[in-house]
Amino acid sequence: MITIQRADYEKMLRHAESCLPNEACGLIAGTVQDDVREIRAVYLLTNTDQSREHFTLDPKEQFAAIKDMRAKGLTPLGNWHSHPESPSRPSEEDQRLAFDSKASYLILSLMERDRPVLHAFRITGSEPKTVEKEPLVIEG
Amino acid sequence: MMQITVAGVKKEIKDNTTIAELIVSENVETPEYVTVTVNDEFIASDKVSSTVLKEGDTVEFLYFMGGGR
Repeated sequence: MITIQRADYEKMLRHAESCLPNEACGLIAGTVQDDVREIRAVYLLTNTDQSREHFTLDPKEQFAAIKDMRAKGLTPLGNWHSHPESPSRPSEEDQRLAFDSKASYLILSLMERDRPVLHAFRITGSEPKTVEKEPLVIEG
Repeated sequence: MMQITVAGVKKEIKDNTTIAELIVSENVETPEYVTVTVNDEFIASDKVSSTVLKEGDTVEFLYFMGGGR
């Protein structure tokens, strides 16, 4: 299971909305205890693709975020990105480009603007990859 | 032996270990899609095999992160 504070969820949502019509993206960090991954920080990064259909994290921003996580004693937990016009599920491209089996992949769908949907996934193995929905709880 | 920090964790490794050897010993997945930093410097992919780590180095592995639609 993975948890996120409502304030962090809303920070992610506001950023994703501000990036429309393009996809937004970033990183998540927190703690891991037994089977519970607790998101304690959401990082908003630049989508270098500046595209409504693709995203790529800026490696320099990615590294700066990792350094910040280390300084705060947080563990990198994975990434998040938005789907402006499609559901909250990993696309074929999302799956193909998911290289870290330890990461949680959060996808925020803005397909229905008044009903955003956030789900988390684990993507493991080699082609064809295995996609598992990770239970996500928005707290607070 | 020498001590370095890998992904935030202090580890003992053999002297003269290269980044390429560390990638293997750390079981880094899909290394072709991983960028390595040592002491805040990005290491060019063609230098991974020839770069020897030193006592006190700090190494991070950054997975390419992208997708779409």
